[in-house]
Amino acid sequence: MSRLFTSSFSHIILFIGISIMVVPVWMIFASSTHTSSFINTNGLQFFLGDSFQENYLRVLLYKGGFFKEITALKMFLNSFIMATGVALLSVATSLMAAYALVYYRIKYATLLFWIIFITILVPLELRIFPTYSVMAELNLVNSYFGLIVPISASAIATLFFRQFYKTIPDELLESAKLDGASTWRFFIDFLVPLSKTMIVAMLIFMFVFGYNQYLWPLLVTSSEQYWTVVMGLKMMSGSIVHRFAFVMMSMVPPVLIIIILQKHFIKGVFQDK
Amino acid sequence: MKKVQFKSNYTQYLFLAPQLGILLIFLYWPIIQTFRDAFTMQDAFGISVQFAGIDNFLFIFDDPAYKTAFKFTIIYSFVITLITGAIGLLLAVQANNIMHGKSAYKTLLIWPYAIAPAVVGVMANYFFSERFGLLYHLFNDMWGFNWYESVFDAYIYVIIAGSWKQISANFIFFLAGLQAIQVSVIEASMIDCKSSFRRFWTITFPLLMPTTFFLIIINITYAFFDTFGIIDTTTIGAPSGETRTLVYKAYMDGFRGLDLGSAGAQSIMMMLIVLVITIFQFRYIEGKIHYN
Repeated sequence: MSRLFTSSFSHIILFIGISIMVVPVWMIFASSTHTSSFINTNGLQFFLGDSFQENYLRVLLYKGGFFKEITALKMFLNSFIMATGVALLSVATSLMAAYALVYYRIKYATLLFWIIFITILVPLELRIFPTYSVMAELNLVNSYFGLIVPISASAIATLFFRQFYKTIPDELLESAKLDGASTWRFFIDFLVPLSKTMIVAMLIFMFVFGYNQYLWPLLVTSSEQYWTVVMGLKMMSGSIVHRFAFVMMSMVPPVLIIIILQKHFIKGVFQDK
Repeated sequence: MKKVQFKSNYTQYLFLAPQLGILLIFLYWPIIQTFRDAFTMQDAFGISVQFAGIDNFLFIFDDPAYKTAFKFTIIYSFVITLITGAIGLLLAVQANNIMHGKSAYKTLLIWPYAIAPAVVGVMANYFFSERFGLLYHLFNDMWGFNWYESVFDAYIYVIIAGSWKQISANFIFFLAGLQAIQVSVIEASMIDCKSSFRRFWTITFPLLMPTTFFLIIINITYAFFDTFGIIDTTTIGAPSGETRTLVYKAYMDGFRGLDLGSAGAQSIMMMLIVLVITIFQFRYIEGKIHYN
């Protein structure tokens, strides 16, 4: 009896929690399937209308921006390139750096350790104008390189990989050495496959991190050709239902990735089962 | 470090080079420039640069707008940490309690984590707009809510917008923390203590301390830095600068006001704050909590 009571109490609390998460997003979605004049007179909607296809197609293909040369479709492509670039670059460099830190005797190891990990305390927001002027000096404003590389300058994944490598038993390297594995062979054939869960988790984390960037793309892209989805929110014009539709679409890629790959993400970050 | 290692004169540096190179060019070089900006003064066109000593710092300490932003940032990070931590913990405990449907609940609660703060802000905007904002009208009927004019109401707006997605992050970490507690510990405590409420506060919660302190740091950095996109898409500082975070103010001074000296000095102040919080965490808290 008491067990049943506590468990239904839990279900009620969880149901309220989920409602707080789902209802606002659902309402924006439902509203995005109506016409603007309907929304303007009746406010946000809870039930679906019948302009879904019309609104979403228009938003995807309409040429917007100041010079009318960018479509939402192009912004999605840009965001995808940026997020993928950030994920691949930061994970690859972090894997290698952590390998050197754990499996090699290095001169000034402590100093190097601090040079790398203190950077976690200095997020891009704290050095945004100087980073911009460095990019301008290197002629990298308005390029995918400019969108990707400063965001990839992060040692968070290095920290995770280092922790993970340290839990791998020493016997692995000993036996690999007996088999005559070179440092590259050991890295590629042993460590990378062993770190698969962690690599997937970090790729997801950095992809979402890159996709969700707002301030940096706003600053580093003056050309509409390089606009990304999240910064495009600030730039978008058009009627209210088109803005709803754009907002809805903007959250689809990262949310989908988290939902589909949720198990790998949690497994890697928390290193459980 | 490992007992068994590779020995080489240069291979390790080849592995380190890509990350170190990126960090040096795109992180250390800008940081050095931040310090240069902070201790110099430029005219509006950037033609002449003069050494200014600590003038930029003295100027921001005198600036009432800086004090306002400082006060808001402290309140904002405190309230967000408290709200999202409490709700996240409550939901995690319930999700850990139930037998069936655990993973469905988990999925339905963690997806907002992936939404960009700027997107959250734009959505919040629709619920707080005067024209058809449901929450605007609900609160307006209750006490005459008007965030365009009342500082308190503007706080409520940005706190709700800022807390929403962060509940997910707190939920994920607390749930993982709860699942890491050994079943035997819980079973033993059930014999000693009948009240589940007391059991939670005397046994479970102390065991969650590492998670809690980790989340405090995560939530504070979120409120400091990641909320830029939320402020910029909701109040933009309304009523008149009271809902600007330190990051938002530094950006506005540097971008709109072209005052790179002040923006640099403000950045360095924030680096100091982050450093103090981190040292505090490592030195003071890490030594005082129990790890299982």
